Amino acid sequence: MKTETFDHKIYKVSRRDFIKSTSVGMTGLLLGIQLSCTDNSKKLTGNPAAVFSPNFFISINGNGDVTLIAHRSEMGTGIRTSLPLVMADELEADWNRVRVEQAQGDEKYGDQNTDGSYSVRMFYAPMRKAGATVRLMLEQAAAKEWSVPVSECKAKDHEVVHTSGKAFGFGYLAEKAGALPIPEESTITLKDPKDFKYITKHSSIVDLKDIVTGKAKFGYDYKLPNTKYAVIKRNPEAGAGLKSFTPDAALKVPGVIKVFTLDAPGFPTNFNKPLGGVVVVAENTWAAMKGRDALEVAWSKGINADYDSLKYSNEMLKRAKTKGKARRINGDAYKALSKAKKIIEADYIVPHLVHAPMETPCALANFHDNTCEVWAPVQDPQGVRKSLAEALGIDLKSVIVNITLLGGAFGRKSKPDFVVEAALISKNIGAPVKILWTREDDIQHGFYHSPSAQHIKVGIDENNKVTSWLHRSVFPSIGGTADSKSVEPSGGELSLGMIDLPYAIDNISCETQEAKTQIRIGWMRSVSNIHHAFAIGCTVDEIAEARGVDPAQNILDLLGGDRMNDPKLFGTENSNYGEKIEDFPWNTARLRKVIEIVKEKSNWGKVLPKGSGQGIAVHRSFLTYVACVVEVKVDGNNKINISKVDYAVDCGVPVNPERIKAQFEGGASFAAGIALKSEITVSQSAVQQSNFHNYLVARMPDAPYETAVHIIESNEKPTGVGEPPVPPFIPALCNAIYAVTGKRIRQLPIRLT
Amino acid sequence: MATYQLTINGKKHEVDAVPETPLLWVLRDNLDLTGTKFGCGMAQCGACTVHVDGNAIRSCSTEISSIGEKKVTTIEGISEAGLHPIQQAWMDENVPQCGYCQTGQIMSAIALVEKNPNPSDEDIELAMAGNICRCGTYERIRKAIKTAANRNA
Repeated sequence: MKTETFDHKIYKVSRRDFIKSTSVGMTGLLLGIQLSCTDNSKKLTGNPAAVFSPNFFISINGNGDVTLIAHRSEMGTGIRTSLPLVMADELEADWNRVRVEQAQGDEKYGDQNTDGSYSVRMFYAPMRKAGATVRLMLEQAAAKEWSVPVSECKAKDHEVVHTSGKAFGFGYLAEKAGALPIPEESTITLKDPKDFKYITKHSSIVDLKDIVTGKAKFGYDYKLPNTKYAVIKRNPEAGAGLKSFTPDAALKVPGVIKVFTLDAPGFPTNFNKPLGGVVVVAENTWAAMKGRDALEVAWSKGINADYDSLKYSNEMLKRAKTKGKARRINGDAYKALSKAKKIIEADYIVPHLVHAPMETPCALANFHDNTCEVWAPVQDPQGVRKSLAEALGIDLKSVIVNITLLGGAFGRKSKPDFVVEAALISKNIGAPVKILWTREDDIQHGFYHSPSAQHIKVGIDENNKVTSWLHRSVFPSIGGTADSKSVEPSGGELSLGMIDLPYAIDNISCETQEAKTQIRIGWMRSVSNIHHAFAIGCTVDEIAEARGVDPAQNILDLLGGDRMNDPKLFGTENSNYGEKIEDFPWNTARLRKVIEIVKEKSNWGKVLPKGSGQGIAVHRSFLTYVACVVEVKVDGNNKINISKVDYAVDCGVPVNPERIKAQFEGGASFAAGIALKSEITVSQSAVQQSNFHNYLVARMPDAPYETAVHIIESNEKPTGVGEPPVPPFIPALCNAIYAVTGKRIRQLPIRLT
Repeated sequence: MATYQLTINGKKHEVDAVPETPLLWVLRDNLDLTGTKFGCGMAQCGACTVHVDGNAIRSCSTEISSIGEKKVTTIEGISEAGLHPIQQAWMDENVPQCGYCQTGQIMSAIALVEKNPNPSDEDIELAMAGNICRCGTYERIRKAIKTAANRNA
């Protein structure tokens, strides 16, 4: 996942920052300073002087209105609801009296990079503690008022109730609690899970009504007085420059105000730099688009001018067939293969893909007097803030990043390039500006999922036991988008489903080959788990057939007895999603359990009519254990219809089950699009697809008709669910298609004819 | 540039625009009716769906000069008199994830049930196949349409 630098940024530094920021907030309370930003208090009804705001995340006013800060970006996972719910539960707040406010991008909140399915994993415990701390302070304030021991006072449903039955509302106590010192951490008690009111219970998202009434505001819905509109014409070759352009015809388009250029970054482009190009600024969006159509532009050729993705895929496949750099070695796979009784050998190809969120990249920026304020749908607001300060040459404190709702993101909006564009344009024209990426811009100038070629060879001995596993994965690294020396997958990328292979196979060789990055490669929902799970999940199904064992039982056989997998087996490069293996071990019992559940719930092995079949695959990604059974119909015309999907999921404590289900339903649909339809091809460095007529994604008839999500009850630490649904779905679907048609799928998108 | 008299959500609006300007951009840029979304600009995704005389159309590909006296209804107009049964069903089924495409989905669904109060699975797929949801809320969209239809029955 990401590059090692990104791993470091996300997983290590920021966790400490969070704790630091919370304690800073608490110090503020001791000094009697109201630390939440003053905008907060202004927005609150009642007496604003009585706002109790002991940390950056929670404030309670004199009316008892509770404001909880959502510091992670909402792109559809429900995180803007889930983490505030956790705080509200520990606080004993009444959810109906809670208002959720979106944080700006600011280091004081700790990690805000909403990416890598770790929001709940990272913040479940701190949010509980934050809520519990404030609950205790309210109880202490009541005890003081009543002159009774605090042990006789208990917060419940927005009140603190004394054992005698008398009660104070949170509003009454707010000011009094604000006068108390922050309690020692050792005195804070978290709720017993059996007393949870919201955690693990059903809840609707906070934005639900605004969304269905059209009031919810996304990136392009904000506007300031005198806002101008901009689009950019970019070189089809990422990073390459401009040879010449003629603005005359564009300037004649009614409404066009200005045409100017932004410098190209060269290649590698880096993640935060805009691609440059010719900017058209106009009085409205349509005029800007028409102005751009009228531009005459000649582009320079860059270092990747000859990049052709299909040719490159063949090259990668060739390399995948020869011995590569060892990334995980157990035993001697080559020797074991030479002695094997049966050999399974297959190659797997996955093309470039692009995120294509329904909301294309867009932003509103207002640069004036060496300050810049933006409103934008971004996953990484602190990264945006830094990139803006750097690009504009101004102080970080002079940059304000307001996070709007994100109309989907899937990793695309973790890069700040489009916001930087808006800010540079605003600076140039001296007015607020909204930038829009048209769908063509989005599809042709994205950060693409890495195309891959994989070779897997498996040996089975005379006892019908799998004794060797050789896996070569060849794909350009995300790191190559920032560093030309990054020409082979990083350990982090291989930890996404390849070198963390859990199976009890004595002889394993995981290898890679060089593959240069020649277009912007980025992380897309599930990242390299997509291609790794596809290849491994399909190969495992072939092993079942070769062994003459039921495919589900075969997975259990490969998995072996219940154990914590010895991390040494995974080699030195396994990143375990940035978490210590002691905190999140690879627990084969958890995978076994989801396999057993999915077998039972899907009625695995049931008799199906001709033309229908089931397939199974499993995958642990982002520390969440998933088993998936897909039931498919394939008609005489090879039309594929996904009638039923069963997922069994172990994501630890299921914090918000309703949204977990939603993520899995949606993840199945996202994965169905990848499996059945989506493909980006590049020729002469230009992306060949341009809009939804030729970059195909799942529509209602392509998506599963029914997805059943079986969530394991668990007290394990919670883990994310945004990405884990995608990887196992694709091989499960392919295996189901095999069950019906007898055709093995080794290349995506699936083409049966 | 020309001046157009438009009836949108039952109100008259006077708008100056180039004749080929898509209705979408007039709604959004001129009238600040931002509930209607841009998704593709070529009638491929349905995010911009509004009603013109009760028919679901793609406002990104409908020139403003073609509207004339026809009545335009956007999601804002639907919501003025409380929740439409389709919107209520959308809430009951917790359909939205990111929410961006949902106004377009709802406009397509309303146009469907107002013509066909009891749509079959096939009717629903036919009417909704033009609306893309990248979050993949399709199952719940189908359920919500059925929920609304059943309540109506």
